[in-house]
Parts: sequence; structure tokens; C-alpha cells
Amino acid sequence: MQSLSNRKKVLEQKPLNFWERIYLPAVFKGLTITLRHFFKRIPTIKYPEQKRPYSKNFRGQHSLKRDEQGRERCTACGLCALSCPAEAITMISAERKKGEEILYREEKYAAVYEINMLRCIFCGLCEEACPKEAIYLDGPHVQPEYLRKDFIYGKDKLVEPKFEIND
Amino acid sequence: MELAFIIEKFALVILIFVVTLVIAMYSTLAERKVAGFMQDRYGPDRAGPFGMLQPLCDGGKFFFKEEIIPAGAHKALFILGPTIAIITACISSAVIPWGRDLTIAGRVVPLQVADINVGILYVFGVVALGVYGIMLGGWASNNKFSLMGAVRAASQSISYEIAMGLSIIAMLMVTQTLSLREIVEQQAGFNWNIWVQPLGFLIFCTCAFAECNRVPFDLPECETELIGGYHTEYSSMKLGLYMFSEYINMFVSSAVMVTLYFGGYNFPFIDSLGLSPNLLAILGMVIFFLKIFAFIFFFMWIRWTLPRFRYDQLMNLGWKMLIPLSIANIVLTGVITIVKDTFF
Ligand code: SF4
Ligand code: SF4
Repeated sequence: MQSLSNRKKVLEQKPLNFWERIYLPAVFKGLTITLRHFFKRIPTIKYPEQKRPYSKNFRGQHSLKRDEQGRERCTACGLCALSCPAEAITMISAERKKGEEILYREEKYAAVYEINMLRCIFCGLCEEACPKEAIYLDGPHVQPEYLRKDFIYGKDKLVEPKFEIND
Repeated sequence: MELAFIIEKFALVILIFVVTLVIAMYSTLAERKVAGFMQDRYGPDRAGPFGMLQPLCDGGKFFFKEEIIPAGAHKALFILGPTIAIITACISSAVIPWGRDLTIAGRVVPLQVADINVGILYVFGVVALGVYGIMLGGWASNNKFSLMGAVRAASQSISYEIAMGLSIIAMLMVTQTLSLREIVEQQAGFNWNIWVQPLGFLIFCTCAFAECNRVPFDLPECETELIGGYHTEYSSMKLGLYMFSEYINMFVSSAVMVTLYFGGYNFPFIDSLGLSPNLLAILGMVIFFLKIFAFIFFFMWIRWTLPRFRYDQLMNLGWKMLIPLSIANIVLTGVITIVKDTFF
């Protein structure tokens, strides 16, 4: 049949000639190739001892940021959860009580904030979506765990540690 | 038979046994290392420095694995299979001369367990027995893949043993003896048999690959078609014994090839070094082992280079090429010998 793409090639299998039939030249050729690889530099990086340099904009584990006064920035607007293509984020919001102004910056805050690290694809869209600059993917790798439930990170793991305000 | 003789042989047997097992053990590591390097990676390197403890870990793992004997298997033969395989593999090295005679306290100690005058035939006989291990194991498993593997092993080793035997005949026409020690002594210095029997060596080497069930002739355990071939149903240390016997076979056939064609423990200028006989014997032994290691490396090198033959190609190569070629080799050797005898 006429080939539409014009890229069709008809291959024909010729019977082997004498040198091909005694296999030896081909065997010898193969041996030189493998021997060359034997002495080649090995590109393996022995991971725990050697590490690859990370790129400047490497996206690792998320962290929920605090503002200059050490208050949590997140206002539980849910835009990150909405933007997340992997549906990795869930949260429960709560209203800020009187006297909690030193803890939360906005009147509404996330009482529970969970990211499932097994679902997350580290695309960074949550970071982009956040209107409060509350979430950044600037952490290290997610650590291995034995149980799936341990990969659901709550606020205890996500929120940055409190820092001293010195003024 | 005096006591000293018995002690001496006993010590030698134990020593060779230990050396064989250790070499087989480390061949498994070497195999994976060679495979690694040929594929641009490191191979196992986590257990100990350079992965030196890997064989121990593997052995330990084999011992702790669950031992399964399938319900439909013939129990006695199922156990006999790997037993025969490992025993025949271990005893085939009895006739190999490892070095010149040592002289210890006035006693001459030959570094060879048994210098019998049918040396090569003994090796052949034992190697042929080894196939029974594979056949029994494959048949007793009551599994069609195992049976196919066993049948393949049997037909393959029969076909290649003929060519191997014929290539040895040409060799014997040159050496005029079957005793391995005498064959080695004839190759003193650099008069190795490879120079007189290059074609014979090529045939012998190919057949040795087939007899050891090594790639490219590993059809009895061809994973793509037969899952695991004759050891599909085996687990735990029984599987370990099969693999081990394969590596021992590789070691022994390397030793036989070195003995027959590469001068055994001889090396060039062996007698012009002016060393004491004992030292020379030990040096010779070291050289012998180096040659063996080179051959083991060659076995592995081939394994990680060539793909497996198809079954019909295997049979074609065996019956239509190697056997005629080895007969031609016999004729050629005969003609050359006569010409040499009459004209020179
Ligand atoms: S990085 Fe992407 S996938 Fe992960 S939580 Fe943020 S939006 Fe979802
Ligand atoms: S992290 Fe940002 S986007 Fe997500 S709920 Fe908090 S404020 Fe909204």
C-alpha cells in the first residue's frame, strides 16, 4: 500500500554471509564494546554519601510562614487547596478569638491544615495561588515513612518554628 | 598406605574444597560487579567495603528462606537433584594439578589429589554426571517449565559433549597422554598447547560454555521462556546449591581449559628465575590461579556481552558446525603430525 507519511521503509532480511554465520567477528566486536564500557567512568552518584547540587528554585517540602511579628500568615482562604491539581491540601478554618492577635495575623485562620505528601506533585501552584504569601515550597525532601498516614503532614510539621522578635 | 600419605591427601582435599567454595562464593559477587561495570554502574557495594560481604549476606539469606517442596513433586528425587549437582561439581577438580611438587621435610608432596592416567576422561565422566542433577531436579519438580529446562539441559549437554570429546581427541594426538599432569609438564615454559591447537581450543571453549549452562547457551534456565528453567520450583538453599554448582563448574572448567591449553602452572622463563623448587611451585600455583581468574572473567565478559541463542540455533551450532569442525581439526592435526614426523 502507498504510505501516506513517505517514511515507510521496507526491510528485507538477507541470509547471513559466511562471517556472520560463524559468529566470531560479531562476538569479538561485542566483546570490545563491553570492555570499553568496563573502563568507562561510571556516572552513578552514591546517594547518601554524595549528593547532587540542588537547583536554586528546587521545590521541596512546604512550610507555612509567619510574618515579621511571628504570627501565622495563613487565613484559611482555601485558594491553595482549590488550585492544587493533586488535591493534596485540606483545611478547617476557625475564627480568631480576642487575645489571639499575637498568634494569627488575620481574623480567620486555619485550625487544621493538612497536606498529603503522597498526593502532592510539588508543582508549586499552591505557592502561586496564595494571596497572603503564607506557603512556600522551600523545605528539604520529604522523609521516608513506614505508614501512609504518616505522610499526611499537619500544622505541627508545616508551620515554621516560632522565632524571637527582637525589637 | 602410610599415615602421612593419608593426612597429606586429606589436607589437600580439604584445602581444595575450601578454595573452590570460596572462589565460587566470590564469583557470584564478581559476576555482579562485572555486570555492573559493563553496564556503567557499580554493582553491589553496600555490604562491607566494595560489597565484599555481599556473598555472605546472600548465603545467609538462602539459609533463612522458606523451604518449599511442591505437593506433586517426587520428594526423594527433588532433594537428590541439587545434591548430585553440587557433589559432581565439587569432585571434578580432583585430577587437576595445581602446582609442581612441594618438598616438605624431605617428603615430596604433589599438589594434585589424584594423578590418575585417565585424567581428562575422569573430568568428562563427572561433568556428564552433573547433568543428572539438573535432569532429576527438573523432572521431580512436577512442573512443565522445569521439565522443559531439564530436557533442554540433557539434549544440550549430549550434543556439546560430542564436539568437546572430538576436540580433545585432536589434543591427545599431540600430547599422547591422558594424564593431566603429564600434559602440563609437556607445556613447560611457553610451549602452550594453544599454539598447536587454536581451533581445538575454540571448540573446547564453546563447548565448555554450553556444558556450564552459561550465556549464550543458558537455555535450560532461560527466564524469558521457562521462568527459571529446571530450578523453577526450588527455593532456599536448594536453589543456592544449584547456583553454587554452576559457579563451581565455571571454576573447574576454567581450570581444565588452563591446564589443557594454557600451560597450567607453567609460565615463560619459569626455570631461568633461579628460585628454589618450593618457591617455584608456589609461584606456579599463583600463576595458575591468575590464569583461572582470567578465564572466569572471560566467562562473565561473554555473559554480559552476548544474547542467548535460540534453541534451533544452539542445535545447529552444535551438530552442524562444531562437530564437523572438530572432525576437520582431528584430520588436520593428523596430517600435520605426519608431515612433521616425515620431513623434519
Ligand atoms: S505543590 Fe502543587 S500538588 Fe503540592 S500541594 Fe501545592 S499545589 Fe498541591
Ligand atoms: S496558605 Fe495561602 S492560599 Fe492556602 S489557605 Fe492559607 S492563605 Fe489561603
